[in-house]
Amino acid sequence: MKKGYFGEFGGCFVPELLMPPLMELEEAMKAILPSETFQRQLRDLLVNFAGRETPLTFCPSLSRKLGFELWLKREDLLHTGAHKINNTLGQALLARHMGKTQLIAETGAGQHGVATAAAAARLGMKCIVYMGAEDVERQSSNVRRMRLLGAEVVAVESGSRTLKDAINAALRAWISLQSSTHYCFGTAAGPYPFPDLVREFQSVIGREARAQMLERTGALPDYVVAAVGGGSNAIGMFTPFVADASVRIIGVEAGGSGEPGCMHSAAINLGRPGVLHGEYTMLLQDEDGQILPSGSVSAGLDYPGVGPEHAYLAATGRVKYGVVYDHEALAAFQVLCREEGILPALESSHALAWVLEHAGDFAPGSRVLVNLSGRGDKDMDIVEKALNL
Amino acid sequence: MHILEKKIRDASAEGRTALIPFVTAGYPSVEAFWNIVGELDESGADIIEIGVPFSDPVADGPVVEGASVIALENGMTLHRIMEGLLERRGRFRAGLVLMGYMNPFLQYGVEKLARDAGEAGVHGFIVPDLPFDEAGAMRAVLAAHGMALIPLVGPNTGKERMKLYAGVSEGYVYAVSVMGTTGERAELPPEVPELLSRVRGEFTLPVVLGFGLRSPQQLAALPQKVRPDAAVFGSSLLRHIAEGGSPADFMRMWRS
Repeated sequence: MKKGYFGEFGGCFVPELLMPPLMELEEAMKAILPSETFQRQLRDLLVNFAGRETPLTFCPSLSRKLGFELWLKREDLLHTGAHKINNTLGQALLARHMGKTQLIAETGAGQHGVATAAAAARLGMKCIVYMGAEDVERQSSNVRRMRLLGAEVVAVESGSRTLKDAINAALRAWISLQSSTHYCFGTAAGPYPFPDLVREFQSVIGREARAQMLERTGALPDYVVAAVGGGSNAIGMFTPFVADASVRIIGVEAGGSGEPGCMHSAAINLGRPGVLHGEYTMLLQDEDGQILPSGSVSAGLDYPGVGPEHAYLAATGRVKYGVVYDHEALAAFQVLCREEGILPALESSHALAWVLEHAGDFAPGSRVLVNLSGRGDKDMDIVEKALNL
Repeated sequence: MHILEKKIRDASAEGRTALIPFVTAGYPSVEAFWNIVGELDESGADIIEIGVPFSDPVADGPVVEGASVIALENGMTLHRIMEGLLERRGRFRAGLVLMGYMNPFLQYGVEKLARDAGEAGVHGFIVPDLPFDEAGAMRAVLAAHGMALIPLVGPNTGKERMKLYAGVSEGYVYAVSVMGTTGERAELPPEVPELLSRVRGEFTLPVVLGFGLRSPQQLAALPQKVRPDAAVFGSSLLRHIAEGGSPADFMRMWRS
């Protein structure tokens, strides 16, 4: 396979001026990541700062009702409330080893921005977060959190004023800031080597979950399910299971409202291959190759592309990608609250909703593992509005 | 010698800096755009770079991005650019280069793009998000139709990467003057003479300076021996047009 590619997907489609920092990052990954010092420092941050390992929770009430075993990997219990911190601590630590003094990041709803700001503060680095102007208005509490953590938040006014434009702004800024600054990319997408780097840091989810399942049940799960926006929580969960032929793996994309012609974020199911943000992958685009705005009740899934490795896993058939609509995710959100006492993020609610929607397809006694990638406190305003609470 | 190289060499032989205006197709309106191209051609442009609008232009600053947004709102597409060029084939003295991002080209189909662009009188392409490592297939397809894929190099492009581009490129080499996006700067960065000297050392092609230019005085201020063979101006021209100025006036300032 060509370097930086997953089958035909991936690559490094960036201005020449960004090639030197990307090549520097690739070299640093080879030289620094395997070192004992780095691994020891990262382990310390993950355990003693972020709260790993996260629990594997059995859902007694839902399992009884559904007739199969439902298990949750609890990334919602991590510091800052989602899996994002696994990646930002890894990248921030790597950047510091590279001699960088500043992090920049894009953020959509603000979860990756908060996780980057927290990692930067912890490691004594400066931080600038680019956020679409519309998201700045919609997610003001996360903006305040980032500022409290010492980050500068830049409202991006260009384009659709959302996540994809925040990525454009961060890439542009990185051209001029590259000598002092690492771009802490938030998902397993973007130009090579970011998809590899983010997968490396997020795979701790699947490694732990696999070992926990074996320890608790004596067997591998029959199904592993995770929500896919850009795809970092999913690739982190899936990677350690890909070689286990008996494990069926399902990624869940956000289908939006489900009304005809609605905006959605199902790039694998409904998109076409193309180039955006430095990678060749499945994209929402019009016939002329202009990128279409995406939509979802879940801000963290609201992105018109998807990480290239997911596009590849879909093309090979190793992972099946389903679609869940807003109302199904909201219903699953309520079910988990009431039945199990867990308030899931709307992203994770999509994965859970897929399981509930397909409950009849599972053989009795199946073991189903869902990545609960984040907690839902951040989504309270959206949920209350959607459910007229 | 590729025709784009010849256009610049001819200007050098006349003792002048070749002029390469950049305009976004479909800006400020579809009709006005075609008139602007005609006026630039009549006003002494040696090569005209036509920007293909894209929704996510990561190498562009606010002026070119803003023009791109308006062009898309005006309904400009790559297909309409090709049709417009085909209708006007043979009317322009200047060399014609399409500058745009990979995805619209990819969706058009690279083979079809090369065939149609060749028929429409296009001489080359600039694709800012297609670095050397990804460019092989596109370059080969364009070359089969006589078109050049123009390399972009910048202040942080080392000699080794310049050699990679120099070994395969035709037309001219585009030196990016700033560590940043397109857009005029009051002053060129102090590293520009060193950049131009490095480019001269690695390429035999004509050297074109762009990104950040706003006036001929910026070139005059450069040491004689590193001055570029040609200058590209985009944002400053688009701003001039937005303020109601004529392309001919803008070209007159650069010719004097």
